[in-house]
Amino acid sequence: MPDEPLTVRRRDLLSLIGAMAGSAAMYHAMTALGFASESRYQGPIRLQGDPKGASVLILGAGLAGMTAALELRKAGYKVQVLEFNDRAGGRNWSLRGGDSFVELGGFKQTCKFDDGLYLNPGPWRIPYHHRALLDYCKRFNVALEPFIQLNHNAYLHASRAFGGVPQRIRWVKADFQGQVSELLAKVTSQGKLDEVVSKQDQDILLQALRSWGALDRDYRYRASLISSEYRGYAEAPGGGLTAMPLPSDPVGLSDILKSQLWRYLHNFANYNFQTTMFQPVGGMDMIGKAFVKEVGDLIRYNARVTEILQDDRGVTVTYVDAKNPKSPLQARADWCVCTIPLSILSQLKVNAGAAMKAAIDAVPYAGSVKIGLQFRRRFWEEDDAIYGGISYTDLPIRQIGYPNSGYNRTGPGVLLGAYLFDGANTYEFTAMPPDERVARAVEFGAMIHPQYKSEFENGIAVAWHRVPFTLGCSGDWSDDARTQHYRNLCEIDGRIVLAGEHASALPAWQEGAILSSLDAITRLHERVVKT
Amino acid sequence: MRRSNAKALPHAALATIALLVLLRGQGTRAEDDGPVLKSRTFSSGYRFVEMSGEELYVNVCRGCHMGDALGATGAGAYPSLASDRNLEASGYAVDLVVNGRRGMPSFADMMSDDQIAAVVNYLRTHFGNNYQDAVTPADVHGARR
Repeated sequence: MPDEPLTVRRRDLLSLIGAMAGSAAMYHAMTALGFASESRYQGPIRLQGDPKGASVLILGAGLAGMTAALELRKAGYKVQVLEFNDRAGGRNWSLRGGDSFVELGGFKQTCKFDDGLYLNPGPWRIPYHHRALLDYCKRFNVALEPFIQLNHNAYLHASRAFGGVPQRIRWVKADFQGQVSELLAKVTSQGKLDEVVSKQDQDILLQALRSWGALDRDYRYRASLISSEYRGYAEAPGGGLTAMPLPSDPVGLSDILKSQLWRYLHNFANYNFQTTMFQPVGGMDMIGKAFVKEVGDLIRYNARVTEILQDDRGVTVTYVDAKNPKSPLQARADWCVCTIPLSILSQLKVNAGAAMKAAIDAVPYAGSVKIGLQFRRRFWEEDDAIYGGISYTDLPIRQIGYPNSGYNRTGPGVLLGAYLFDGANTYEFTAMPPDERVARAVEFGAMIHPQYKSEFENGIAVAWHRVPFTLGCSGDWSDDARTQHYRNLCEIDGRIVLAGEHASALPAWQEGAILSSLDAITRLHERVVKT
Repeated sequence: MRRSNAKALPHAALATIALLVLLRGQGTRAEDDGPVLKSRTFSSGYRFVEMSGEELYVNVCRGCHMGDALGATGAGAYPSLASDRNLEASGYAVDLVVNGRRGMPSFADMMSDDQIAAVVNYLRTHFGNNYQDAVTPADVHGARR
């Protein structure tokens, strides 16, 4: 490796720094030297320099807005926040028993979950490399627990294959990997890789395929105790006189290919979904609530913004109070950080420049639907031995998410009974009344878990195109629009800067909202300190 | 990426299932929800399988523009399409469905020329609209960018 001497020297330097100055200094040195590059997050923001009493008006009390509020106040700004809802958090949101939600069109749902059970209608998982969000959780003492993305014992389901019987992820994964390994071993042994793999490497490759694919000594993947160590047994190892295991029969490669079950495997490989993932204990909104403890005193709720007008000296925002919508109110500050979703901002009167306005108009909003279902017992654990994780299906519900907490308890539990993102079914579910969405989720889910029919108690369904405060799930940038408009969206326009997941390269992720906010206020602060 | 994965799904089979007896009324049905089909169609891939203008409106457009086509208002609004003078120019409605506008997504990749023509014609002859100059699939094709 050409850069090996340099790497060694860097490592020597780092261990020296670590020994002399401690781990924090070493972390910063590592970041500077280009290691630790899993996140753009640079650690807690340091806004140095005196803003000399400058004021900032922040629009929206989601994670982007509250991050800006927290950090700008700390840096010496006078801060006020306007929020449309009667709560903070935005899409960082959990629904529990007693909560009610009115969607566009006027449908009101009241959540009937038992105590301790919840649905996260918005974000529900946090990748380990979302270091900014994790850092705020740490600073606020938000307790985290593992989010199970891959449960080998959950199901992959194709409605027109295997007689509609769901297949364990473990079977499909092991059998696909094993039979692909067998094929590759075969062509290797036949000399068909001679031109691309050296003889010596071919020997190692064969060993690797045998180990990785659970092949036998003849490089075959078949029903055996070797493959059963990966895919599970027909009769599991036991004790005493019933101790000896029996091998299970693999699912044939052709059946896996034709069933299309392979197409779900990327969910267990994708960088965004790799272990370890997290969720806050008790619901995603624990994060929003922790932010509120810091900045809640700055937030004015029930404020619907109608107009954002800037002049040479500041920004005036017109808004109405939901309880008294006939009398418009105004707020004014030197600067404005606007985190209003573009689906809404594009409808407001904003006197930004043409480039920013074109960018605001360039982003359609994706649809998404999540449905929470309460059952009177945790049959997925009791009957199916599925503890957390996700089953994937080609049915319109697409996914069933099992709760990643409260394992092995008696009493009721809540499943995520459907999670749709984009695509035709998302629109079809959005167009239904909420009670029909719930009924359909039960009907489809029963094709995977027949226990649904007898155990279902109640449910709640959130279709993001009908959510009054976003009119959609997240900004759905096309590559062309991003090339043409993204920078213009993020640049400061006079006295206005935008932030939110839509102003990030992490669309629909909370990390995108926070990183976008930190980037925006860093640039804003530089400008304020200079002027 | 999600989109291209979804597009790779092959067969668009039709799953029409009799409307369930709605369970236990946990939602409150809003007023004027408009036509509800006796059966419901579910698409199996990225593209819609609904073909008639009515079915497309009820299963797709209704999500935002509502059953009565009056739209809805929250922090922002979905415009009313009822008695809508903007629909007089047929090309306007076609362009919006094909290319989207602001927060409204484009349906160019999710509906065929025939489907877009059907839903535009349905809209322009219902909900207090009475524009008899039907658009054709060729008109839709011409609006694709």
